[in-house]
Amino acid sequence: MALLEVSGLHAAYGEVRVLHGLSFVTEKGGITALLGANGAGKTTTLRAVCAMLRTEGEIRFDGERIERRPTEDIVRRGIAHVPDGRGTFLHLTTEENLRLGAYTRKDRAAVAADLERVYGYFPRLKERRRQQAGTLSGGEQQMLAVSRALMLRPKLMLLDEPSFGLAPLLVKELFQILREIKEREGVSLLLVEQNAALALELADHAYLIETGRVVLSGSAAELRRDEGVRRAYLGY
Amino acid sequence: MEQALHQILDGLATGGIYASLALALVMIYQATHLVNFAQGEMAMFSTYIAWTLINAGMGYWPAFALTVAIAFVFGVLIERIIVRPVENAPVLAVVVVFIALLVILNSLAGWIYTYTIKTFPSPFPKDPVLGIHYMSPHEMGAIAVTLVVLLLVFLFFRFTPLGLAMRAAAQNPVSSRLVGIRVGWMLALGWGLAAAIGSVAGMMIAPVVYLDPNMMSGILLYAFAAALLGGIDNPGGAVLGGFIVGVLENLLGAFVIGNELKLAVALVLIIAVLLIKPSGFFGRVHVTRV
Repeated sequence: MALLEVSGLHAAYGEVRVLHGLSFVTEKGGITALLGANGAGKTTTLRAVCAMLRTEGEIRFDGERIERRPTEDIVRRGIAHVPDGRGTFLHLTTEENLRLGAYTRKDRAAVAADLERVYGYFPRLKERRRQQAGTLSGGEQQMLAVSRALMLRPKLMLLDEPSFGLAPLLVKELFQILREIKEREGVSLLLVEQNAALALELADHAYLIETGRVVLSGSAAELRRDEGVRRAYLGY
Repeated sequence: MEQALHQILDGLATGGIYASLALALVMIYQATHLVNFAQGEMAMFSTYIAWTLINAGMGYWPAFALTVAIAFVFGVLIERIIVRPVENAPVLAVVVVFIALLVILNSLAGWIYTYTIKTFPSPFPKDPVLGIHYMSPHEMGAIAVTLVVLLLVFLFFRFTPLGLAMRAAAQNPVSSRLVGIRVGWMLALGWGLAAAIGSVAGMMIAPVVYLDPNMMSGILLYAFAAALLGGIDNPGGAVLGGFIVGVLENLLGAFVIGNELKLAVALVLIIAVLLIKPSGFFGRVHVTRV
């Protein structure tokens, strides 16, 4: 069943049009990847889903239209966004960052339990719980961003380039944890990645975006076999 | 020696008022990166409301509580109606709006209540309590009230989810929206809180400086100096700055430059801090890569 359905999405930054009628679907319980080169419109697509910029077109989440709702309402419906640049609250502590992730939830006991669960995934964050988040390393801040999103108990998690700026070993670890999270938490993932090989390993479905349009879509296995994708994005 | 002690304690009492107002300034500054020049006039206007309530026969403390509540609502409304529309305007435009607010509130108070100086009651006893002669009971009471307010504000921001959300909204509005915080409302609440704190400062200083539409102009200047001294983005620093400025002002006024030049202390302090240490003594140094 489709969790997120985007159809005919247009978006622009001022005069510069970035998305030209983009359409895709994220299945419930699945991992969908949006692939494409720099400037293809991947980040813009995620921002559009969260109403962080003006758009035209239709966005349905859980069957309901959300494209005219403000960002805060969309988040309250269960979409957590791990943004480009990680969006850390630099002057707050690690734990305050995590508590903010659960800001909209009223079940305090469950939030406390989730805090421990998140620390279970990322023990490093527990060690640094009282530390100012701005002093964390890039990798730790990425873990924090993923954890903050988890604290919402989202139905859908949007991940914008989680591998960006991380050492290869750390990327592997992070993607392993993302897979675990998907399986254990029953959360669906919409993943934006420049590292196509990595994304296709994790995702079960993928869309290839070029200059604001979907040019190819299919199962991850199909895209891995596709000659064009292989040459242009996988490099072999 | 005894006189010096007397001056220091006096300074702490007025310093508490500066600290409250400086805290209100810092709260608005953190959210908007602008200094609210109308903060003093907002406090003055609230004090007139308290005066009206007390004259209408209300007891001091009920009037006090009601005034704080009214000031809070006014603060929220000012943000929603006057500040919100210029949210994305250039800095100078917003500064002009703040100054307009100052002038409007000042004239409005003059129009409604006239410019005649009025006395404002103190809730504290007239005769020395506990045999302490260094400080008047009002000064001691004002310090106590100020400390309670500061403590409550600290506890609110440090330990409540709403306080955390307000800090987050001030620091990083984009990320705040992404965790579901209604950033616009947090800013409005910040204005409300700042106005409420200011109203307490106004009611505590009014028995000393008397009530008139211009009562806060000097005090706001000291509060600026305090906020700058402590670092305009550091609430704790601003509070400490308030007490330091209060004591400094009194000591210099009594022993060095005389009472007439006291206000100049604030100006000299502002200029000195901006020249020597623009981030204040406890402020954060902001470095931007360009």
